[in-house]
Amino acid sequence: MKVLGKHFALLVWLAGLVACVLVIASTRFVSDLSAFMPHAPNEREQVLISQVRDGIIGRLIMIGIEGGDAAQRARLSHELAGGLRRSGLFMGVQNGDEATQARDRAYFFQNRYLLSPDITPERFTAGGLHAAIADSVAALSDESGMLLKHIFPRDPTGEMLQLLGQFDGGSQPRHLDGVWASRDGTRAVMLAYTRAPGTDTTAQARAIATIRQVFGKLPGLEPDNRILMSGTSVFAVKSRNTIEGQVARLASASLLLVVCLLLLVYRSPRLLAFGLLPVLSGALVGITAVSLAFGKVQGLTMGFGTTLIGEAVDYSIYFFVQRLGQARLAHFWRTIWLGVATSIAGFAALLFSGFPGLAQLGVYTISGLIAAALVTRYVLPALVPANLRVRSLDRLGLALEAVIDRAQALRWLPLLLALAGASVVYLHAGKVWNPDLSSLSPISKADRRVDLTLRRDLGAPDLRYMAAFTAPNQELALQGAEKAGAVLHTLMRDKLIAGFTTPAAILPSLALQRARQEAIPDPATLRRNLKQALVGLPVDIDKLQGFLSDAGSARTRALLTRADLDGTSASMLFDSLLVKRSHDYLVLMPIRAPARDADAPLDIARIQKALQTTHLRDIMTIDLLKETTSLFENYRNEVLAMSEIGTLVIVGLLFISLKSVARTARVVAPLIAAVACDVALILLSGTELTILHLVGLLLVVAIGSNYALFFERLNRAGSPAEYRQTQVSLVVANLTTVGSFGILGFSSIPVLSAVGITVSLGAFLSLVFSAILSGGRLQSTPTPAVLP
Amino acid sequence: MKITASLRLAAAILCFLTLAVPTARAGDWRVPQLMQLLAQNKSGTATFVEKNYLSVLNKPVISSGDLSFVAPDKLEKRTLTPRPETLTLDGNILTIALPGKRPMTVSLRQHPEIAAFVESIRGTLAGDLNALQAFYTLKLGGTPERWRLTLKPKSERLARIFDRIVIRGTQADIRFIDLDERDGDHSEMAITQSDIRR
Repeated sequence: MKVLGKHFALLVWLAGLVACVLVIASTRFVSDLSAFMPHAPNEREQVLISQVRDGIIGRLIMIGIEGGDAAQRARLSHELAGGLRRSGLFMGVQNGDEATQARDRAYFFQNRYLLSPDITPERFTAGGLHAAIADSVAALSDESGMLLKHIFPRDPTGEMLQLLGQFDGGSQPRHLDGVWASRDGTRAVMLAYTRAPGTDTTAQARAIATIRQVFGKLPGLEPDNRILMSGTSVFAVKSRNTIEGQVARLASASLLLVVCLLLLVYRSPRLLAFGLLPVLSGALVGITAVSLAFGKVQGLTMGFGTTLIGEAVDYSIYFFVQRLGQARLAHFWRTIWLGVATSIAGFAALLFSGFPGLAQLGVYTISGLIAAALVTRYVLPALVPANLRVRSLDRLGLALEAVIDRAQALRWLPLLLALAGASVVYLHAGKVWNPDLSSLSPISKADRRVDLTLRRDLGAPDLRYMAAFTAPNQELALQGAEKAGAVLHTLMRDKLIAGFTTPAAILPSLALQRARQEAIPDPATLRRNLKQALVGLPVDIDKLQGFLSDAGSARTRALLTRADLDGTSASMLFDSLLVKRSHDYLVLMPIRAPARDADAPLDIARIQKALQTTHLRDIMTIDLLKETTSLFENYRNEVLAMSEIGTLVIVGLLFISLKSVARTARVVAPLIAAVACDVALILLSGTELTILHLVGLLLVVAIGSNYALFFERLNRAGSPAEYRQTQVSLVVANLTTVGSFGILGFSSIPVLSAVGITVSLGAFLSLVFSAILSGGRLQSTPTPAVLP
Repeated sequence: MKITASLRLAAAILCFLTLAVPTARAGDWRVPQLMQLLAQNKSGTATFVEKNYLSVLNKPVISSGDLSFVAPDKLEKRTLTPRPETLTLDGNILTIALPGKRPMTVSLRQHPEIAAFVESIRGTLAGDLNALQAFYTLKLGGTPERWRLTLKPKSERLARIFDRIVIRGTQADIRFIDLDERDGDHSEMAITQSDIRR
């Protein structure tokens, strides 16, 4: 019967492993960081925000060329732009070259009578013409007159100036040797706009590699020439590479460390292999569970997998070491299960956090721990030959006992340190939390500096505020943009906003173009009106033949379509403002806040209310900055609440199991002291806490409660030998945890290092404090404190 | 457009290079002597009338307004007719303001070619002849009582915009600044000093 049970357990285990491998084989692994960024609460908003990022920000790669001299950089800029355009990977490449600028000017000038907002029937009456031309004549004496006089004969009503005025919001990069350059002139700068969406990280990686490759092969490259790149997609690719590289490296380093530690204790490769079985089974089950629950597995979740190594390896350590004293097996398993339960209570809090990545971590760890405990309980005894034993650790145990007994004298120390820690936290009140979401980003400070520099060089528009809506086709999208533009124009007049950008300024809807055509009178009438308009003006009608013929041909010409924009830089702007999606068009209209109160947020609610009068189905005003920071705060509070609940559940479990307030207090006290000191040390090191530190603290409570529990339990009963074994197994288990999390602490990915540092420090403190406060035999009376 | 804006501004600055205590003698009348005279201005105001002769118009456009200069580097050209416009150079910031419109600001630091141009004029204010000569070929004619300084741009970029600037004056007073543009258009600015302090 017993043999049958054994075989049954093995069979179930093996079948389970095969099933896990099958699931994992078809699992999609992702390694972008989005899962560790909070997602928007409202689905529609979420879609819009992600589209905003896809639309403009996600596709844009900013490029800087350094080294050499200005003329050489300008040449490289031309050649790089040419190479990238030929690669076919980019929708547009802009470096401010004269050809593109000329095409832009030509587009606006040649189409001015279809594009200018001033084209109305009144404009072409004698009175309207007189006013407009008188204005232009006055302007000719101005500083801007020098530009105007060349086009005056063809554009006496000043439409070109009107058109340019619409775009004066974004500051243009400066020109040096015919291409865009940084403010200080030490860098040529350009913009590339990828064909692939920003979410396609693989395609983005290819685009970035192509840029490097084309640059590297440019003729006449000087040794000190250097290319800089930045942009959301560059960050995404970089963090993916970092994550992919580090996750594998960290996991193997942790594993190696644990293996070395275990070998040191077991001195037996066979025992080691058995000892790792629960860990590996747990990891397989964990990944499978995440895959089934989420449909994909985040690379970082795997990185945290080392947490599982740390905890699950403890079970087998306890198992082997405790196996020396078989008599108290039932008692031992009760303790293990209680430990598993408290851990699950801790990790369960993650399931409800707003971060999909943390939820994955919760599922992974909980299922992994349960699997590891089950394998330890049912599979290991069936597999491990009875004669395979851990060599006696009594010598080590005796030494440890001596240390711990002496440490009992320092009972006041944890309490003192806890108080000190609490005061440090109190002194940091208000500076405890880091409100900046970017503190979680794996992008290095240097990269962020490059980003800021290039952004400034290029005068990239501030895309903080945005009005957005969707429409079924391009014509309706542009008509909608015109309606929304009219509303925003009145807000501009009321000084509520400084300006806005609309795709309709680049390509008006067909309806509006037609209306403008109809505003132009027939040639005979126009000539008559012009003649009348020129009375009293210093202009002869003969000089304005160009105007008459341009206006005449504009009247009957073909309407503008997207194709007319080809080759202009305006096309890039247009495509980023009017995003074609699979079923519809998304219109984005960036809004500029008045410069005087750049820090004071725009009154989004008022803008939204005004925009709703357009009756555009789903128009929405977004503050991207507020969107992310407020979300972050919400999620932090959520995780804080979850952690509190998790802690309460852990304490509750302990109380139910221990059935005594005093004993529960003995288990909890070292944990509180450890958490207080942990937080204090992190704050003292100059780090502000993020949501990930909070998660780390929760793990400290979950893991630390196991130590406290074992110490507490074991001084209840047991032989001195058994007692020593427990101490040894606890220390080894702790060292594996401290080691594997400590390795995470060295990661350059803030998400990993935050958790790694918090847990390794906290777990170590928990063990020390537990040994001092809960450890030691009850009968042993504390010796008077003699400080060394 | 920005180049010409600062060009006219620079011309306006030049008109403040005007007050001199010593009266120059005819014997050694050369550019350095003129510079020395002009370099001592501290602040002042003046009025101007500018005539723009443009080929596209059959009459010159006449504008007028006032100029004010505060040492070391603040200058304002305020056009009152026919259309108000204010051009201010404060330190390195050039601002062009039309009533009812957002002022256009140009930082000279971001535009070294303009900066170099304006700085050369400032250099002149400080009596730095070298700075001026870096950008122009200078020719001084006439007598201290009726002198005529011709500035011809050396750089091709500037030469594409204008042929020369001619400044006429009496002793330390600048009376006229004429700008001949490449395309044959030209402008004449007549200046009346009203209050100059040293």
